[in-house]
Amino acid sequence: MIEFHSVTKRFPDGTLAVDDFSLVLPSHKTTVFVGTSGSGKTTLLRMINRMVDPTSGSIDIDGDDIGTLEPVKLRRGIGYVMQNSGLLPHRRVIDNVATVPMLRGMPKKKAREEALALLDTVGLDRTLADRYPSQLSGGQQQRVGVARGLAVNPNILLMDEPFGAVDPIVRAELQQELLRLQQELGKTVVFVTHDIDEAFLLGDQVVILRTGGKVAQVGSPAEILANPVDEFVATFVGADRGKRSLHVENHGDGDIVVDETGRLAGVLVDAGSSGHSSAASSESKAGPRGPGASAQGGDSR
Amino acid sequence: MTWIWSNLDLVWDRTFDHLVLSVPSIILSFLIALPFGWLAHRYRTSRAVILTTVGLLYAIPSLPLFIVLPFIVGTSIRSPLNLIIALTLYGVALMVRVVADGLGSVDRDVQQSATAVGFSGWTSFWQVELPLAGPVLLAGLRVVAVSTVSLATVGAVIGAQSLGSLFTDGFQRGIQAEIIAGIVATVLLALVLDALLVVIGRLLMPWTRPSAIGVTSRHDVVAREVTA
Repeated sequence: MIEFHSVTKRFPDGTLAVDDFSLVLPSHKTTVFVGTSGSGKTTLLRMINRMVDPTSGSIDIDGDDIGTLEPVKLRRGIGYVMQNSGLLPHRRVIDNVATVPMLRGMPKKKAREEALALLDTVGLDRTLADRYPSQLSGGQQQRVGVARGLAVNPNILLMDEPFGAVDPIVRAELQQELLRLQQELGKTVVFVTHDIDEAFLLGDQVVILRTGGKVAQVGSPAEILANPVDEFVATFVGADRGKRSLHVENHGDGDIVVDETGRLAGVLVDAGSSGHSSAASSESKAGPRGPGASAQGGDSR
Repeated sequence: MTWIWSNLDLVWDRTFDHLVLSVPSIILSFLIALPFGWLAHRYRTSRAVILTTVGLLYAIPSLPLFIVLPFIVGTSIRSPLNLIIALTLYGVALMVRVVADGLGSVDRDVQQSATAVGFSGWTSFWQVELPLAGPVLLAGLRVVAVSTVSLATVGAVIGAQSLGSLFTDGFQRGIQAEIIAGIVATVLLALVLDALLVVIGRLLMPWTRPSAIGVTSRHDVVAREVTA
């Protein structure tokens, strides 16, 4: 469990990135910070592994104030995945994954063994182990990034817009992969994104931030969709544009789901027969996982 | 040509003398430039001071330096040590800026991510920043190597033995072949050292090879190594 207690961060140039932020991030759940640039979401994430120290307030991990912990040691125990993978370009894939365990003193052979197994976990072919990051596609690099983040088997996984730089099809794949992994591993995931659909898809708890690190609304995707607290949140989730208000029209061939702007959002199928989100196009469906949305929202309460 | 064949031993000896002067100077200038380059890269105030100082260093004319240096460090004027110190100073003058620029060329995202996953300051310097600055360092070192080899010939004027002695001797005694042999051997030596640096660079920085495609054959090795 990660707890923010009245955390404020003012940078030396006077910018207030985070203003009196308090929140509990439950264990084994995914919390997503979502907001536009300048909303302090990345700053919040980086405070968890002390890449950034708060100006005032404190952060506890499982009851320990991290301000009292040694930053390097703290970071070696927390998984970190960033945009553009952040892989070391001069090390082969397998050595990138083995990096942190080796920093913690694991023998090279064992670290490499475990790294190979992790490639399987994130769905990468072992034949890629000996490549350099520049020889991989963007999606493959991100998978390596996730494998590296998981390498020390951390309780906490920090993900800073990890899928921001890959194309939409690969992004959707990686998102599903992360959901699958999360179901297996049950990490405490903190995920930063500016994409509200990604936030609703991945988050058990979604934190919508406005400029200056102020919380606009915290809740499950279903709660936020059903009751946006104000104009800002409604605009952010697209409810004001009718993007989230769907109705069914019969076009003869079948039932088509349409949003208020008249855009076709998908087709209506039986809840039982639909897979994940295959029924609706990824960007305009009503809930994070189509019919399963409310059930998922209920989990996190 | 006949001069060369009959004096091959002499050419070899002078080549060896030349190596003794230039190789330690090249290595020393690299090692000395590292901490200064790091300082210049790390702190803005030290950057201006250090880079200006080393810039001025390079402006000192070589011949007077060879003559003045013994008075400062107490070596004899013809001692190879005297020349090595002078050559090292010029190498440092070139290399410090290269080190600073090389370290500055490392992708900030990569540095940040190294910090984020738990590299400490020093580990990050040795394992991330220095290797990634490698290609720039190598480019600088190649310039230093070639310039040191060529500068070492000047020592002949003050009587320190090197390939330069072949020109001075050939000039005094009017043996054209000896002069040419000196020039050709100097150029060849510079080329050989340069090629050697390129090879070392390839070995130390395999990720910079355009064809890091020998991958398919090597992954089996790792896979076997690991499963064994």
